Amino acid sequence: MMIPFRALVRKDVQLFFVDRRALLMSFAIPIAIGSFFGYVLGGAGDQANQSKIPVLMVDQDRSAISQEIVKQLSGEKALDVKTSTPSEARAAVRKGTATVAVIIPPNFGQAAGAAFFGPEQKPEIAVLFDPSHAAERSMVTGILTGDVMQAVSKEMFTGQTGREMVKDSLAQVEQSQGLAAEDKKTLEDLLRSVDRWNQQSGQSASGGLSSGLSRGLTMPYTTHEEAVTARRNVQYNGYAHAFAGMVVQFVLFLGIDVGIGLLQQRQRGLWKRFRAAPLSRGLLLGSRAVSAAILAFLVVQVNFLFARLVFGVRVEGSMAGFLGVSAAFAVMTAGFGMLVATIGKTPEATRGLSIFATLIVVMLGGAWIPMFLFPQWLQKLTVIVPTRWAMDGLEAMTWRGLGLEAAVAPIAVLLLFAAVFGGLAVARFRWEAEG
Amino acid sequence: MLEVDALKKSYGALVAVNGVSLHAAAGETIGLLGPNGAGKTTTVSMIAGLVRPDSGSVRIEGRTLAGDTDPNKRRIGLVPQDLALFDELTAQANLELFAALYDLDGAAAKRAIGEALELVGLADRTNDRVKNYSGGMKRRLNLAAALLHDPQILLLDEPTVGVDPQSRNAIFDNLEVLKQRGKTLVYTTHYMEEAERLCDRVIIIDHGKVVADDTLQGLYRLLPVTNLLAVELDDTRDGDGNDGLRLNELQALPGVRSAKLEAGTLRVGVEDLATETPRILQWLVERGHLYHHVASERADLETVFLTLTGRSLRDA
Repeated sequence: MMIPFRALVRKDVQLFFVDRRALLMSFAIPIAIGSFFGYVLGGAGDQANQSKIPVLMVDQDRSAISQEIVKQLSGEKALDVKTSTPSEARAAVRKGTATVAVIIPPNFGQAAGAAFFGPEQKPEIAVLFDPSHAAERSMVTGILTGDVMQAVSKEMFTGQTGREMVKDSLAQVEQSQGLAAEDKKTLEDLLRSVDRWNQQSGQSASGGLSSGLSRGLTMPYTTHEEAVTARRNVQYNGYAHAFAGMVVQFVLFLGIDVGIGLLQQRQRGLWKRFRAAPLSRGLLLGSRAVSAAILAFLVVQVNFLFARLVFGVRVEGSMAGFLGVSAAFAVMTAGFGMLVATIGKTPEATRGLSIFATLIVVMLGGAWIPMFLFPQWLQKLTVIVPTRWAMDGLEAMTWRGLGLEAAVAPIAVLLLFAAVFGGLAVARFRWEAEG
Repeated sequence: MLEVDALKKSYGALVAVNGVSLHAAAGETIGLLGPNGAGKTTTVSMIAGLVRPDSGSVRIEGRTLAGDTDPNKRRIGLVPQDLALFDELTAQANLELFAALYDLDGAAAKRAIGEALELVGLADRTNDRVKNYSGGMKRRLNLAAALLHDPQILLLDEPTVGVDPQSRNAIFDNLEVLKQRGKTLVYTTHYMEEAERLCDRVIIIDHGKVVADDTLQGLYRLLPVTNLLAVELDDTRDGDGNDGLRLNELQALPGVRSAKLEAGTLRVGVEDLATETPRILQWLVERGHLYHHVASERADLETVFLTLTGRSLRDA
C-alpha cells in the first residue's frame, strides 16, 4: 500500500512545483503583500518611518497664544503640521491630502484669556476633518486640548497679555456694583494674587530663575509607555503580524486549489484510472490530504523563513509551539481543501464560492484589520473561525514570545476543525462527476 | 475469462443499464456498439469496479469482483474515454504514477513503462510533457497507461474519440498486437467501422439493453439482405414511353429479395451479386431503361442497428 500512497503524494508535490501559478500564489504574493503590510503597520519598530497624521494649521490670530499653540502642535511626534490658509485647508481636507485642519480665528488669544478667568464666551477653534479618518480627528483634538490649555495658561500667568488682562479684570471687579461683597472680595484676592505672582515670576525670569508656571498649566502626570513584547528590549515587529495574516490567507488559497484540483482530476477522468486500481477510497483521499498538508506546512515555513531573513521576524516564543501551530494549520488546510471539493458540482462553480468563504474567514481571523475594530458580538463570534486560532497561535509564538502552553489551545482547535472538515468531506465526497 | 450477468444500474428514474450480460473468452475481442447514452460506459464502469451495480454480477475467471481493493482488479486495465493523464507531467512521470498504483516501482516499473511506450510508439518522447503531445499521441499514452500492470482484460471506452485517421490506425495496430498476445478486449464504440475491423463479436446496446449479441456474420444474417445493387437510371420511363418502373416484375426475378426506387436510383437487394447483377441489368435494358452508373453496396452494422432498432446509429 505504501508504493501507491507515496506515488500519489509525490505526484501532488510534483504538480505543485511545476505549476507557476501555484508557486506565485504560495510564495511570491504572500511575501510581497506581507512585506507591504508589515511596512505599513510599522515595520520592524523603525519610529522614523512611522506615518504621521497630516494636519494643516491656519493661524488668523497671530497672537502670542496662537503662535504658542502652533509651536506646541508642530512639536508633536504623531503629527505632521503645516501652515495654510482657510480656503486651502478646507480644499485639502476635502481632497483627502490633509486629514485634519485647525483654524485659530482672529482675536483668539484675547478671547481665550478672558474666558480663562471670567465667564466670557469661549472663543471657537474650527477643526475640519476628513470623515473617513474619525479616529485621527479624535487624536488631534485631544492633543490640541492639551496644547491650548498650556499655551493660554502660560500666557495668562507669565506673559504680557496675562498681566494686562489681570490688571483689567481687577479694575473691572473693583468697579463692579452687581457682585455680592463676599464674591467681590474673593475675586479681588484671586486676581491680586495672580498679579503678585506675575510680578514675582517676572523678576525671577529677569534674574535667571524659572518658575513652575512659566510653561503654563500642564497635565499633572506623565506616562511611561512600554510595548509589551516577548522580552524587554525586543521591539514589536509589524512584519510578524503581516506575514502571519498573509500566510494564513494564501495557505487557505492553496487549500482551495487542492479541492479544485480534486474536482478537475475527477472531471478529467483521472479518478477513473485511480479507482480502477485495487486501492481503497481512504488511501486515495488520504494521500491527497497528506500531500496538501505537506505543501501547506512548507509554504508556512518558507514564508516565515523569508520574513526571518529579510525583516528579522523571529520565533521569540516556543519553536516547538510554532512548528506545532504550523502543522495543525496545515492539517486544517488539508481538511478545508477536501471540504472545498464537496461544495460544488464543477470546479468553476466551486472556486468562486470557496474564495468568498476564505476571504470572509481570513478577515474575521484578524489577518487584514485588527479584531478590536469589530463589534463586540463579532469579536466573540471569531472563536468559531479557524483562522483566528491560526493567527493567535502564530503571533503567540513569534512576536509575543509565549511558551509552548500558549500553542496548545490553537493546535487543539485547529485539529478539531481539521477533523470536522475532513469528516464532512469524506461523507459528502462524490466519486463520480454529475451531469 | 470475463462473465458479466444481468447488470442493472439506474440513476433516479433513468435506467442506464438494464440487464446487460456478456461473456468474453481469453484472446477474444468484444465490441459494445451503441449510440451515445446507450449505456456502454456505465457497463464498462461496472466491470471495472468504478460503479456499483444495482444488481447483477461481474466475474473474472470465476471470481466475483467485490470491493475497491479486490486484487482481481489487477487483471483489468481500463482505458477511459477521457484523456486521463496529467498534462503538466512528462509521460515518464505519468506512467511511473500509474504503475505505482499497482505496486510497481523500481526496475519492474521501468521495464513495464519501456514496454508500454514501445508498443504505442512513444519511446522517443518519454521525457516530454504530455501537454506538448498531439491529440493522437495522448490517446496512445492513455492506452499505454492501462497496460503497465499487464492486465489480461482490457476495457477500452471509445479509445479513439477525437483522433485523426492516422492515429486511429496506429491505435488499431496496437490493439491487434495485444489481441495476438491473447488479451481479452472489451471495446466500446459508436463507430461501426471500428467494431467491424477489430471485434470477433459485437454486442449492440440501445437504451441500456442488449438488442443483439453475435459474431459479425451472425449479425448480418439477421438482415433480410446483405448485398445491394445500386443503379442510377437515366430515365424511369420504358422504351415505349410508358411512365414508371415495374418493380413488382423486378422483385419476381429469382434471387431478388427487394427493390425500391429512390431519387432516380434503383436499389435492389440480392442474394448473390455475381449471379444477379447481369440478370438485373439485362432486364432493365430489355425494357428500355437506360442507366449511367452501377455500384454494389454491402450491408453493415449501421444497417443492422437500423434494422434492429428502427433508428440510425448516429442519430439515435
